[in-house]
Amino acid sequence: MFPSLTRTSLLGGKGLNPNPSPRGEGLVRVQIQTQSIMPFPFLNLPPSGPAPSKARLESELKHPHPLIGCRFDPTGRFLFVSSEDNTIQRFDLLTGKKTALIGHSSWVRGMAFVDSPAQGASELEAWQQRRDGLQSIAGFGSSTLPLPRPTPFVLISGDYHGNLIWWLGDVETPIPYRTIEAHRGWVRAVAVSPDKQIVASCGNDNAIRLWKASDGSALRVFEGHSSHVYNIAFYPDGTRLASCDLKGNVKDWNLETGSCDRDLDAKALHKYDTGFMADIGGARAMEFSADGTKLACAGITNVSNAFAGVGNPAVVLFDWKEGKPKLLKTKDAFQGTAWGVAFHPAGFIIAGGGGNGGGIWFWKGDDLASVRMLAVAASVRDLSLARDGSRFAAAGANGSAFVYTFAPGPAPAAKAPTPKK
Amino acid sequence: MPRCDYSCGTSDHRVSRRAFLGAAGTAAALGSAGFASSAAASELARTQKRVLVIFLAGGVSQLETWDPKPGTDTGGPFRAIPTTVPGTQICELLPYTAKQAHRLAIIRGVNSASDDHGIGEKIMLTGRKPEAGIEYPQLGAVAARLLATDAASLPAHIQILPSGGSGFGKGDAAFLGPKYASVSLGDGKPPADLLRPAGLTNDADSAREGFRKKLNDRFAKSRKSAATEAYSESFTQAERVVKQGEVFDVTKEDPKIADRYGRHDFGRHLLLARRLLEAGVTYVKVSHSNYDTHHENFDFHIEQLGEFDRPFATLLDDLSERGMLESTLVVVMSEFGRTPKINHLYGRDHWSKAWSVALAGCGIKGGALIGKTNANGTAVTEREVNGGHLFHTYLTAVGLDSTRNFRPNDRPVPIADPNASAIKEVLA
Repeated sequence: MFPSLTRTSLLGGKGLNPNPSPRGEGLVRVQIQTQSIMPFPFLNLPPSGPAPSKARLESELKHPHPLIGCRFDPTGRFLFVSSEDNTIQRFDLLTGKKTALIGHSSWVRGMAFVDSPAQGASELEAWQQRRDGLQSIAGFGSSTLPLPRPTPFVLISGDYHGNLIWWLGDVETPIPYRTIEAHRGWVRAVAVSPDKQIVASCGNDNAIRLWKASDGSALRVFEGHSSHVYNIAFYPDGTRLASCDLKGNVKDWNLETGSCDRDLDAKALHKYDTGFMADIGGARAMEFSADGTKLACAGITNVSNAFAGVGNPAVVLFDWKEGKPKLLKTKDAFQGTAWGVAFHPAGFIIAGGGGNGGGIWFWKGDDLASVRMLAVAASVRDLSLARDGSRFAAAGANGSAFVYTFAPGPAPAAKAPTPKK
Repeated sequence: MPRCDYSCGTSDHRVSRRAFLGAAGTAAALGSAGFASSAAASELARTQKRVLVIFLAGGVSQLETWDPKPGTDTGGPFRAIPTTVPGTQICELLPYTAKQAHRLAIIRGVNSASDDHGIGEKIMLTGRKPEAGIEYPQLGAVAARLLATDAASLPAHIQILPSGGSGFGKGDAAFLGPKYASVSLGDGKPPADLLRPAGLTNDADSAREGFRKKLNDRFAKSRKSAATEAYSESFTQAERVVKQGEVFDVTKEDPKIADRYGRHDFGRHLLLARRLLEAGVTYVKVSHSNYDTHHENFDFHIEQLGEFDRPFATLLDDLSERGMLESTLVVVMSEFGRTPKINHLYGRDHWSKAWSVALAGCGIKGGALIGKTNANGTAVTEREVNGGHLFHTYLTAVGLDSTRNFRPNDRPVPIADPNASAIKEVLA
């Protein structure tokens, strides 16, 4: 179903890359025990599978400036975070190495990937199995194994100056190889179609714009929103695109005809604050379930003071076929905004948000109230779930990326024997 | 932190037609009487100077307006853009205003010393920190007192609020007296019952007024005094106000002009301000709400400044085209600025230590850029000024001697803070 992508195809064919050698090729031999900061838990998932109750903080990756967004790459090896210093930082979860992506001159909130989804995770899995085999023979830390070459993928990021930048996400030092002036005003979100052929962006010019992933050429513009378009999501079969604006208007776009076929109501995520005479709202995150039956839009509801952020994080969950929304709220009292949402393959929903602190919430089944909340040490501004569901990450306003796993934690240390008197 | 409460709209603040008209008449009748120098008053009466204050309520961010710091830890996501003044850049949220920079003087070194909404507003409008035992009049009352002419038929001190009803700011004139206090027009609407009821014919109204005059004259024959004279005069002046009732109606404006200002509340309010100034009102304050962006500062500044920018630029053009700009001082101020540091909610908090005010028009050197802040905007590094300096500057710009005294109860009270002085670099 998915075309097999090569480096050449990701770059859009021969001759399209103005920076022909931006990548660091070749394998680097490293000592595993000193470079690998965490195991890949998709190989160590609990027998019963991930569950909200099993989520735990695995690591905290630090950057000196507040974070804005975060995304796992398609293989789950890298975590990309965007920051108020206008950079994107790439954390290699195998080595712990942090690499700055320099090219934007404003804040980045939209990040998406063009890749071959089938190949990356399996390569990593095979590598991990080889490493574990060696360690079982020679003992932990005694073997050297060349790190696997990262699977090629392209990162497309959008900034608040209206630009989209294409990067080779896997190379040693990614640099921009294509920049497009995409929107007048902020780019608020970027998405890639399931077949990896189309990049969609949306922003403060009230428009959704489609681009050819391979060469960045403009394909189509969807106009119809009357306020800033906060987010977009491709339908899993690639035939439709959903968008949500500041005022909670969700549009269902037909990619074949270019028409808006339906308007859906997520106005629970919007408020005109008459005291301050301003609008607050929008889907701060938006995602379809893998089977296409549901669409989740995350934001803030029940706002009583827009200028102090007094409201509650919430997810408007649509039955996509019927177009009917229901509002998922947090069971625990929390003041703030939900900035990220994801459907876990195991069937539950995760959202992350910030305000008076940070939080991550889980919803199961048809419950409208969350079943669990994880308190986060900083206001959460984004959430990303690794494609295989093994990990999720939250971008913190304190500069930290908090990485969570569903894998069991290390066994508690054995109790020291009581010394004899 | 203090919660803003810019317009409560309660019945306490509603004004009756009688009170409104009475105040209009009384203010006009007294004119500039009582000024320390009658010669100066006469001179001012000839020049017809006016003041327009645009008050960005809640505290506009200086980094998103007049003093951008892109590429720094405090700069936020916006660009700085060039203006019509070489070397002067302002935030990209003000593209229309950038084309008016040659008319603006930007003062970047304001340190107004209070991060409290109420105190900050008082400092900016009176030019003084609050003092025990005395209340100082606001700029509007001072302007009404010192600049209004005897011929004025409209209230000399009007403020246009974003919402709510009409009212009197009876305290804002302090010792100058309520006759110089502000008349408020909530949402730019005229006071209720300003115009004659539709069911009252012209003849019936004239007959009623004739009867009132007859009774009044009979009363005056035996009990004439200064008070009764002023009372009678107030009716005369009120009649003039009624005759000018259309000045409050912006729908009478050329639609093309209204389009230029923008078909939204703030555009309408600024257009009304221009009409009032043109009709002879001495001081108009237009409040634009709201900028108190502790949360999502950048989104809200897009929204609010998107509403401010074009009408403001249009206003300057319009005043210039009508030949009014050289006699109208335009001030863009807030109660304070906002913190350079961006908080965890993408907000900026209150910051009075280093922020900006913009001036244009009467007596102002267009294109001037005064004062400087450090690289990330946390402190003033050059030509620091406070509310007192600004107050002196406003009065000096409209030709007043701000070092003189008022004499309430024969006690000298300096018009402006004697510890400060006008910012001469700003003055034309």
